[in-house]
Amino acid sequence: MTASSTGPLLELDNVTISYQRRRDRVDAVRGVSLIIQPGEAYGLVGESGCGKSTLAMAVMRHLPRNGILSGGQVLFEDRDLFRLNQAELRRVRGGRIAMVYQNPESALNPTLKVGEQVAEVFRLHRALRHRPAAEAALDMLRKVRIAEPDRVVGLYPYQLSGGMRQRVVIAMALAADPALLVLDEPTTALDATVQADILDLFTDLRGEMKAAILFISHNLAVVQQVCDRIGVMYGGELIEQGTVAEVFKRPRHPYTAALFDCIPDFGVRKSDRRLAGIAGGVPDLAALGTACLYEPRCLISRQLCRVEHPDLMRAGSRHLSRCFFHAETPAPGAAARVRPEAVPVPDVTAGIPLLSLHGVGRRYGRAHILKDIDLEIAPGETFGLVGESGSGKSTLAKVISGLVPPSAGTVALAGERVAGQVGKRTGRQRRDVQMVFQTPDTTLNPRKKVASILGRAVRVLAGLGGKRKRDRSSALLGDVQLPVEMLRATPDRLSGGQRQRVAIARAFAGDPRLVILDEPTSALDVSVQASILNLLLDLQRESQAAYLFISHDLAVVRYLSDRIGVMYLGELVEVGPTERVFRPPFHPYTQALIAAVPRLGGAAPERPVSLDKPAPGPSERPEGCPFQTRCPRAYDRCRAEAPPWRDAGEGHMIRCWVALDALEASQSAALKPRRVQAPLPIGRRP
Amino acid sequence: MAVTLTEAGGRRRASRRGVVPLAVGLLMILVWVVTALGADWIAPYPPADIDFLAISQPPSPAHWFGTDQLGRDILSRVIHGGTYVLTIAPAATLLGLGLGAAIGLATAWFGSWFDEAVMRVLDAVMAFPIVILAMLALTFLGAGTGNVVLVIGLVFAPLIARTVRAAALVEARKEYVMAAQLRGEGSLHIMAMELLPNVRGPLIVEGTVRLGYAVFTSATLGFLGLGVQPPTPDWGLMVSENQALLTTAPWTVLFPALAIAWVVVAIGLAADGLKEYLEP
Amino acid sequence: MLRFFGRRLLLLGVTLVVASVLIFAITNVLPGDVGRIILGPFAPQDAVARLNAELGTDRPIVIRYVDWLTGVARGDWGRSYAFDTAVFPLVVERLGRSLTLAVSGLVVLVPLAVAAGVAAARREGGIFDRVLSTVSLAFGALPEFVTGVFLILVFGIWLGALPIQALPPDGAGPLTVIAHLVLPVGCLVLLLFAYLFRMTRASMIEALAADYTRTAELKGLPQRTVIWHHVLRNALLPTITVIGAQIGWLVGGLVVVETLFKYPGIGSLIHFAATNKDIPLLVGCSLAITFVFALGNLAADLLYAILNPRVRHGRHAH
Ligand SMILES: Nc1ncnc2c1ncn2[C@@H]1O[C@H](COP(=O)(O)OP(=O)(O)OP(=O)(O)O)[C@@H](O)[C@H]1O
Ligand code: SF4
Ligand code: SF4
Ligand SMILES: [Mg+2]
Repeated sequence: MTASSTGPLLELDNVTISYQRRRDRVDAVRGVSLIIQPGEAYGLVGESGCGKSTLAMAVMRHLPRNGILSGGQVLFEDRDLFRLNQAELRRVRGGRIAMVYQNPESALNPTLKVGEQVAEVFRLHRALRHRPAAEAALDMLRKVRIAEPDRVVGLYPYQLSGGMRQRVVIAMALAADPALLVLDEPTTALDATVQADILDLFTDLRGEMKAAILFISHNLAVVQQVCDRIGVMYGGELIEQGTVAEVFKRPRHPYTAALFDCIPDFGVRKSDRRLAGIAGGVPDLAALGTACLYEPRCLISRQLCRVEHPDLMRAGSRHLSRCFFHAETPAPGAAARVRPEAVPVPDVTAGIPLLSLHGVGRRYGRAHILKDIDLEIAPGETFGLVGESGSGKSTLAKVISGLVPPSAGTVALAGERVAGQVGKRTGRQRRDVQMVFQTPDTTLNPRKKVASILGRAVRVLAGLGGKRKRDRSSALLGDVQLPVEMLRATPDRLSGGQRQRVAIARAFAGDPRLVILDEPTSALDVSVQASILNLLLDLQRESQAAYLFISHDLAVVRYLSDRIGVMYLGELVEVGPTERVFRPPFHPYTQALIAAVPRLGGAAPERPVSLDKPAPGPSERPEGCPFQTRCPRAYDRCRAEAPPWRDAGEGHMIRCWVALDALEASQSAALKPRRVQAPLPIGRRP
Repeated sequence: MAVTLTEAGGRRRASRRGVVPLAVGLLMILVWVVTALGADWIAPYPPADIDFLAISQPPSPAHWFGTDQLGRDILSRVIHGGTYVLTIAPAATLLGLGLGAAIGLATAWFGSWFDEAVMRVLDAVMAFPIVILAMLALTFLGAGTGNVVLVIGLVFAPLIARTVRAAALVEARKEYVMAAQLRGEGSLHIMAMELLPNVRGPLIVEGTVRLGYAVFTSATLGFLGLGVQPPTPDWGLMVSENQALLTTAPWTVLFPALAIAWVVVAIGLAADGLKEYLEP
Repeated sequence: MLRFFGRRLLLLGVTLVVASVLIFAITNVLPGDVGRIILGPFAPQDAVARLNAELGTDRPIVIRYVDWLTGVARGDWGRSYAFDTAVFPLVVERLGRSLTLAVSGLVVLVPLAVAAGVAAARREGGIFDRVLSTVSLAFGALPEFVTGVFLILVFGIWLGALPIQALPPDGAGPLTVIAHLVLPVGCLVLLLFAYLFRMTRASMIEALAADYTRTAELKGLPQRTVIWHHVLRNALLPTITVIGAQIGWLVGGLVVVETLFKYPGIGSLIHFAATNKDIPLLVGCSLAITFVFALGNLAADLLYAILNPRVRHGRHAH
């Protein structure tokens, strides 16, 4: 340690960071002051664009070319980072402060072996020679619990899975035993099961090493698991700060409180309550007045808030809030306990199913992307589909909609078999099945106005022309709660949430009977997600359309769905009514998924069901049960024969060799002591 | 790279990027368009007028650019020569763009074996150096303005197709295209209405760059004697006709060469400016 | 690696076959009477017909193609009308001379353009970058006979410093040989510099902005190590492919440069064949040039594969 051990490790003093843009200059971070003590873990949360990453980069003194520190100081071990010369700066970077950021895909050099990339840090900061550095690197990889470290050192990044790559990046960051670790969304790009493993690793490592942590995330539950203190950012400002315990128990800023209300608690259903969104949008950083930044969206704002900008003020012994009326902050949930209008309960057993898949498969060469899928969806029902990335959820959606023809099996709509390719289906069949996609940036043709996007859909799907087409387009826009003036806008003028609403309007242009929603809110902030989910519920009530809802977020799926299917490696492994799926007996894979949901609530997190190895690719599908390479309960039979479907009653089916009562007994025991609570994501996933 | 307080700031005004070179380039081209259109009035002599009393004269007040070995006025020939470059190059580029865009969109959209087959053939076509291919074709088709346009357009099409295909492939995977498929739109609609507007940027940029190379190629073909035939005043042809006089009467070669350089540089500037202007 | 090699060789075969079809098609199917082209517009019709029969142009097209191709494979490339010798040895001899010119060009060009591209990218938007970028684009499409004329005028005539013919007198010393090569090689380099420079610069800029570069910087590595160890490896990979593609331009450039500098290589030979309607010679030259070009591309691809671990380990993408 070069600094005195008494002072703070990192001190941001009134830091303002500006970006020079084409026409103007924006302050992406304004007047942020915070202190991190040695060994402390500080969490920074906030919605997308609030300046979290900018702040992190300032701590590394690594701003983008057009960014400058336009005010304040960044003090690290009592030295002003922005006054160090290049040599001093290099000693700090990687040596005293290390960083892990979001995208493990690109953080490693594709042309160097990963062992070498870790060893480099030892040679540089620990002055080790070649051999000892290589051994130290191997040691470090062991410490981050990578599978088969001896083999991994000799591999190139492209040969590793996302989770393994992130472990290598973490090993690299820890190599020089830094005093501060900056983690910018280190698990956001990973699957839930992998995220759980990595978070677990962080928790363990915190016990072993002395490094302080600046942990940036949009997911409150994750921050709670890792951090001691938390700061909430909004519009570039720090608006609330306190210990994790205090802030989670009693937020002292209306924005923080509202964020909690946007998130469906794990276990809350659409019939229990409506989600509360936050009206309005984030402030335009380039045009700020003197008011409180949150004023346009605040439920308790008053005259004072419109004329004066609040400073950070004390709201508890170690609790700060940038709100004049922090004492009146509504408790989470108070504003949100709105009883929903009655949600129709579709009758799944009666009549002809709207959609039925029989033995559907899809293969490319030797790779089975989908295998042997049987599935029925009733009219008006919401069917939720979950599974890790790469498990074939989107391919299944495309097979149903006809974008990808199945290579085996049949698809039938209302009992009538339909062609595999959308182009060969009848007009009526095309109207019946429409889709809403994940990425707001690409879901609308950027060269067309909203009027022409909706107009074309109305003309083709509803067969209307002229004035009736225009009327219908306006009505659709009204249905998704967008102002009619927006017809004249091009997509680049709309926010992500607005684009997604236009995409929903487009899907509803021809009164579809089945709407496939492929991760429609994954790229959105939670406040926007909440309002989109509400909108989807309203539209369903009026149109009686069935939904196939795909998401990686278990809480959201649970909130919205009547029934749920769990996919693994292109196969369905469990299907059942929502509440049954979230109660034992589970399929072992479902159990791992549920255990991976980050927990809120004071109790120390139970260790997730570690799936150790990454999922095999579709071309490496194992014999027997697809899950057998990772299943903690696998035995001989699983490796030889495909498991049978077992009926747990009420339409709850599980595909496993282990008998249901045996599953149930052990799983109930594992679940008992834990309070299952909500994952709280408050930002977007890339 | 790290930006400290002193390193940043003072960057040029971004909103007008590219406008200056674009304007300069266009102005430089405009000069030739005007002189070519008004060549009959502007040129001091008829371009093919032979004057045996003024053979191989160096530049003088009577003949600003001098005369060649037949006593023809170089200035007048240079002014008239612009007409050929300025019709052949744009026409050939347009032909290449149309053909290339159609091939690029179709291969990107239909994919699979169609894409594979077409791209293999185009690869093979591109395996020939352009000049060689043009030379081969013109030997058999016969020289002449129309054939030169046709040949240049045809040899450029694969290059343009490749650019368009790459850009269209990216677009074709986007979700708005899937939405169009779900409506049941036909391939033609998707290519023309969904994809084409979104590859417009790269297409325009590629077009301006190709225009420069069209000038290059047509001048080269002229120089090789495979383009416009004598006694038509073409810049490339003038250089090769007078190449033997390089040591004795360098002006006969210098001025047409300068004219080519002028146009090429102008198009290059305009292309660069346009590219910066279109791509933020 | 082996599989990649095999696939690449197969691709080379396909390209060559398609190219040969193309050459054959242009020379045989295009509307144009070969006998008439050779004998000119004033020859009597029966002489044309006799020549056509002699050339076999009245037989079915597929058979002619197969015949022709087997001939080509056996080294029987026909006889040149103008030189009245076998085409194959003539082409090989000229090709050898052209390769001297081309290789000298590459030896000068590659280090120069790559170094300039790297330097410009490191100071993106700086004065060196902006000047070189603008100049290279503006002059990138300058035909080599234009630059050649300028070079000859300045260095050959006004300064009198360099010979303006590429072929040295017989028995000349190495210095003289080099002096004769300076202007034509300079001409080729100027032709190719712009493109290679811009491509190197672009891939370098991309690599500099990549996340792994940020990782390397945030490790605290000195700039030099970041550039040499992390950036260049990745940035130069695409450049290799570009160099392969440049060989086509180089060969095209040879036609003009050799004509301008009166150098007896394959370029001036094909020009001669074209203007004199010496069809067998023209076809022979085209074949040879295509072959060289395809080999150049193959070499570049293989080098790329060797340096890229992804290809080297036999897996392309997953
Ligand atoms: N290089 C840049 N030039 C101009 N503006 C920028 C630049 N980088 C970020 N910004 C802007 O600065 C603000 C803060 O961005 P930042 O990336 O720090 O947010 P964030 O909280 O990390 O968001 P996310 O959750 O999406 O990662 C945003 O408005 C963003 O658009
Ligand atoms: S200061 Fe006023 S507007 Fe701002 S958060 Fe507090 S109550 Fe709301
Ligand atoms: S069948 Fe075997 S491997 Fe598959 S989930 Fe059941 S216990 Fe695990
Ligand atoms: Mg960020």
